[in-house]
Amino acid sequence: MDNETLKARILEIAPDAQQEENKQFLTLLLPAARLHDLAIKLKNSPDLAFDFLFCLSGVDYIKQLAVVYHLRSTQHKHALVIKVKTDDRVNPNFDTVCDIWRTAEFHERETYDMFGIRFNNHPDMRRIFLEEDWKGYPLRKDYIDEVNIVEF
Amino acid sequence: MEERSFEMGIKSMKEKDFRDNETLDLFKRTGGNVLMTSIDAVIDWGRSNSVWPLTFATSCCGIEMMATGASRHDFARFGIEVYRASPRQADVIVVAGTIVNKMAPVLKRLYDQMSEPRYVIAMGACAVSGGPFYYNSYHVVRGVDHVIPVDVYIPGCPPRPEALLYGIMQLQRKIKLETITRPEQTMILGKQ
Repeated sequence: MDNETLKARILEIAPDAQQEENKQFLTLLLPAARLHDLAIKLKNSPDLAFDFLFCLSGVDYIKQLAVVYHLRSTQHKHALVIKVKTDDRVNPNFDTVCDIWRTAEFHERETYDMFGIRFNNHPDMRRIFLEEDWKGYPLRKDYIDEVNIVEF
Repeated sequence: MEERSFEMGIKSMKEKDFRDNETLDLFKRTGGNVLMTSIDAVIDWGRSNSVWPLTFATSCCGIEMMATGASRHDFARFGIEVYRASPRQADVIVVAGTIVNKMAPVLKRLYDQMSEPRYVIAMGACAVSGGPFYYNSYHVVRGVDHVIPVDVYIPGCPPRPEALLYGIMQLQRKIKLETITRPEQTMILGKQ
C-alpha cells in the first residue's frame, strides 16, 4: 500500500490521528490512551499486517515526552511511524506493547532507563544499561550532572 | 603508469633509523644507568619483536585495529603474530575504544590478570583522554590512564593504521631500552 492509501485506512481505525508532514515514513500522532487497541489492530488486520516493530525510542520535546514506534510489514512491505506524547514530565506512563511485539521488552526498558517513561503492564520494568541505583534519566534535556558534564 | 605501480617491496627500516627517535633519546639522557649488557640486547630484541596482544577492542578503534591487522597494513610483520585470548599469555593490551564506567572494572581485572612484563597502548582519542566524550558524557572514563598505567598513547579518532603501526614501533623502541641487570632501575621512567 502506498502512503495515501495507508493513511486513509488507518484513519478508519483511528479517526483522531494527526499526520506529521515531510517525514521519511508516514508519521502519525495517536492518542496515548488508545495506543494498545490500535496497535493490536495494526498488527492483526490482514491488509495492514504490521508485524515488525523495528524501533521503539523515547523523545524529549522540551514540554512533552514522547515515544516513537517504527513499524514495518514484512508481507506488504510498507512502513509506518507512530508517535504518542504526554505532557506529564514527572510521571510519564504509556501502555506497553510487549504482548504484541516482543522486541519491545528491551526497547521499553531502554526508554525507561534513559527517559524515565514507565510502561504499564511491562513484565520487567527496570534499568537495562545503567546501574540499578543510578539517579536521574540521562537523555532528558534537563539532566544535570555537575561532575561529568561540562556546561559552557 | 604500469612500470611504477605495484612494485612496492616491503622495505625494512634500518636499525640506526629505528633507534633514532627523540622521545627515546630524552629517556636515555634523563634516565638512569645506561650500561646495557649484550645479553640485554638479545633479550630485548627478542621481546620487542614478538609482542602478542590480548584480544580487546571496544568500539571504532577496534575496527581500525582489525584493519591494521588485515592484509594491506599488516602488523604481523612487526611481530604481532597472533592475538592471545587469555590475558595470562598476552604481552600487550591495546585499549582500542571507549571505556565506560561499567567497563572500567573489567579492564582493570584483565590488566591485573596479565602476567609481567606487560604493556599498555592507549589507542585513539577515547582511550587517551575521553576524546569526543570529554565534555558531555555521564558515563565515559576520561582516559584509560585513570584505570591502568599506559605506556604508549596513540592520538587520533580513529588513528590511521599507519599511526597504530608507529605506536607499536614506539613500544618496540621502549622495550629495547629495558635492562635485566637492574630491573628496578630500568630507564623507563615511571615504570615500577
